[in-house]
Amino acid sequence: MKLTVWTYEGPPHVGAMRVATAMKGVHYVLHAPQGDTYADLLFTMIERRNKRPPVTYTTFEARDLGSDTAEIFKRAAQDAYDRYQPEAMLVGASCTAELIQDDPAGLAKAMKFPVPVIPLELPSYQRKENWGAAETFYQIVRTLAAPVERRRGTRLDDRSCNILGPTALGFRHRDDVKEIAGLLQALGIRVNVIAPLEAGPEDIKRLGAADFNVVLYPEIAEPAARWLEKTFDQPWTRTIPIGIGATRDFIAEVQEICGRGPVDDDVFQSNFPWWSRSVDSNYLTGKRVFIFGDATHAIAAARVASEEFGFEVVGLGCYNREFARDVRAAAARYGVEPLITDDYLEVEQRISELQPELVLGTQMERHIAKRLNLSCAVISAPVHVQDFPARYAPQMGFEGANVLFDTWVHPLVMGLEEHLLGMFREDFEFSDSAGPSHLGGHGAAEPVDEDISDLTLHWLPDAEKELRKIPFFVRGKARRNTERFARDRDLAEISLETLYDAKAEYGR
Amino acid sequence: MTHSLDIGHSRKAGKSAVPEILRERGQREVFCGLTGIVWLHRKMQDAFFLVVGSRTCAHLIQSAAGVMIFAEPRFATAIIEERDLAGMADVNDELDKTVTRLLERRPEIKLLFLVGSCPSEVIKLDLSRAAARLSKLHSPAVRILNYSGSGIETTFTQGEDACLSSLVAELPRSESAEKSLIVVGSLADVVEDQFARMFEALGIGPVAFLPARNLDALPSLGPGSRYLLAQPFLGDTARALEAQGARRIAAPFPLGVEGTTEWLRAAAVAWGVDPDHFETVTEMPRARGERALERYRQTLNDKSVFFFPDSQLEVPLARFLSRELGMRLTEVGTPYLHAEHLADELSLLPADVLLSEGQDVECQLDRCRSFAPDITVCGLGLANPLEAEGLTTKWAIELVFTPIHGYEQCADLAELFARPLVRKTRLAV
Repeated sequence: MKLTVWTYEGPPHVGAMRVATAMKGVHYVLHAPQGDTYADLLFTMIERRNKRPPVTYTTFEARDLGSDTAEIFKRAAQDAYDRYQPEAMLVGASCTAELIQDDPAGLAKAMKFPVPVIPLELPSYQRKENWGAAETFYQIVRTLAAPVERRRGTRLDDRSCNILGPTALGFRHRDDVKEIAGLLQALGIRVNVIAPLEAGPEDIKRLGAADFNVVLYPEIAEPAARWLEKTFDQPWTRTIPIGIGATRDFIAEVQEICGRGPVDDDVFQSNFPWWSRSVDSNYLTGKRVFIFGDATHAIAAARVASEEFGFEVVGLGCYNREFARDVRAAAARYGVEPLITDDYLEVEQRISELQPELVLGTQMERHIAKRLNLSCAVISAPVHVQDFPARYAPQMGFEGANVLFDTWVHPLVMGLEEHLLGMFREDFEFSDSAGPSHLGGHGAAEPVDEDISDLTLHWLPDAEKELRKIPFFVRGKARRNTERFARDRDLAEISLETLYDAKAEYGR
Repeated sequence: MTHSLDIGHSRKAGKSAVPEILRERGQREVFCGLTGIVWLHRKMQDAFFLVVGSRTCAHLIQSAAGVMIFAEPRFATAIIEERDLAGMADVNDELDKTVTRLLERRPEIKLLFLVGSCPSEVIKLDLSRAAARLSKLHSPAVRILNYSGSGIETTFTQGEDACLSSLVAELPRSESAEKSLIVVGSLADVVEDQFARMFEALGIGPVAFLPARNLDALPSLGPGSRYLLAQPFLGDTARALEAQGARRIAAPFPLGVEGTTEWLRAAAVAWGVDPDHFETVTEMPRARGERALERYRQTLNDKSVFFFPDSQLEVPLARFLSRELGMRLTEVGTPYLHAEHLADELSLLPADVLLSEGQDVECQLDRCRSFAPDITVCGLGLANPLEAEGLTTKWAIELVFTPIHGYEQCADLAELFARPLVRKTRLAV
């Protein structure tokens, strides 16, 4: 039994819904009690979808439990088939129906629908949303993908691929797909099928016709990609094209799979490199950043933060244990302790200990950052209505890199403003506690950095007063450094001198 | 006197005849009772709600809340895991440990609800025994109660009913035969304060509210207890109160000027308040309410409305829209229709309304499309798809999360229905 306040992932059948809702021509019959229909609103409200998810819920009640819930399932499945005439049906159970063991798979099979019926076994008490999406996509591919003749051209410029992984309710999937499809086309690679997003059962059948697969979201597409590799001998890409360096690496990987040489660098343009090299961006140097999200986005963000913004990664973690190993390896590269947890309170604790200048996280971390008065940008699901912007805003590819530059820099206090705040700390109108001026700035609460203070150390009044003059976004760090300095030297009191000694010791 | 009552289409209000009810079963597009925690945990400031359920339950509450609440919420989910089900861990031991950890973390909690869910009901986890066991362990610092908010037993607002009926057993007893009033059902704090002032002016008292904002403010129960339902979804709570000797004051619900007046009047009659005094006290706020409604009548008059089932507030809302704003009712769907508690409401509905109870969402959508109403009241899962089909919708959940009861809020309530229509006429995109 696990005590949970907020969850990063829904149950696995919500993952299945993300796949079903992304696709065309499929219908999901879910054995579930009243209330589970809440999941519809994730799609219709958060993502603003204009259609109901293609899901029929059997809606059994307590009084049905003693009698025949299986009959209710059969009726719902038949009604759903008659009404929607899908080309393929998914059948499964939510957490409660799993307990009553009606075997939706067997029941649906016995009904002999004239379309493929794909049973989903999604253990709700062990697994979560991403796993459920991956398993569903894998089962759909396994059932429907048929051996097709591969129209492999002999010419090197005639290569094709599938793009795998985008679903409904994904973090910027809609725009990533567009960006990467465009990139591949610019490389002269045909896109055979994009799946699951907008794909129908007929498209899934044709997956085998491509030369290779581009896996954009390993959390969702990796099991399917592995099966396709084994079955149709299709290699798949490992690089996630988030950031300039990774996008270049992705292009190199694609070229290699296609048996072609490297691409001329200036073929692809992005503002990012110059925006980051221009002197205005000097102030970004060494900003301390904490990163948390799904493993793929978190690892990618860490590389971009470190190599392309010049930030210092002070924390890195993910909520999906399935990919913990990758995150541990990445954390080791940055010399930080990896945080693998789906406990929101643990993440909050770590952030408040580290007092980063910027948090890159999910909607959960946005809440934490707001509470702790830290700057934050969202880089990963779980999503919120704000993560479906009206404008084109990919995370991947060269345009994606531009979007990252804008969205990560925006929450920070800007270069010269930072200096002015540092120089005239007691200006009554333009004080750091008001927050960044370009964000409206007024009324931001003073962060409570006292929480993390070491109570065994005594701050002398002069030192405490001087500490107050340090801009709030680095004050936490200054306090921590000074206290560490004092502890290391067994000082019981912190004076003005200790504060400046520590400053000299640690630099900014 | 109240000309609003004369507005609208002619009605042959069959006074006593309850209109025929269409009862349906099928897919329900409504929340389960756990959702009530979203408002109950803000209303009761020293209570904590611990759902014993699955990841789905946790995800539901978080999603239904729409936006996550920045402050650490006074609810959480104890998620049952594979090892609990496989018998590798004793579920009761696990629950005890979880509760102890929780209470250590939140020492300010005085009342803990263990809330049953579909999975906990299906595995027959006995939360009433768990509550008794844990109460012994943690009393007197914390009282521990239980109720079920499971979807196999409760629909949306029935969760509040289950919660309040569990609370009735905890109310202090009084032997006094002197009359006292309990107003039952969660109300926005501002509305509660308005009603308290109104009762005081009428000379009705003592008055207490259930649920109360704090455990200390809970009403006591005795032979003199009379109660007024402020919400239409409290069947079990009413039964529990009756079993303890309290008696219901029958009334329509305090939605709209008319509903509020009749609701207050019922209490006034029970307290023997002089009718002239009643008129004097209610005159000003009634006139103010009328005036405020006038603004929306132009937008809403003669517009048709369709209700999908959601909160059980549908019947009183339909009565308000039809009688005070002149709207035409097509179908009024409600998850459950409590004939006795709604008797005074039903008699005020036009005779030609289609009342439906329960749901088969696909069939109901077909009917809605064929009615092509001017405004459709529905849940969040249906709203955007229906908008995309060209229908104008109103989120039902907003009617539960907004102060809508009483004189001062009746225009706000009308505005909730007018806004989508006004918006539609404004937009040129």
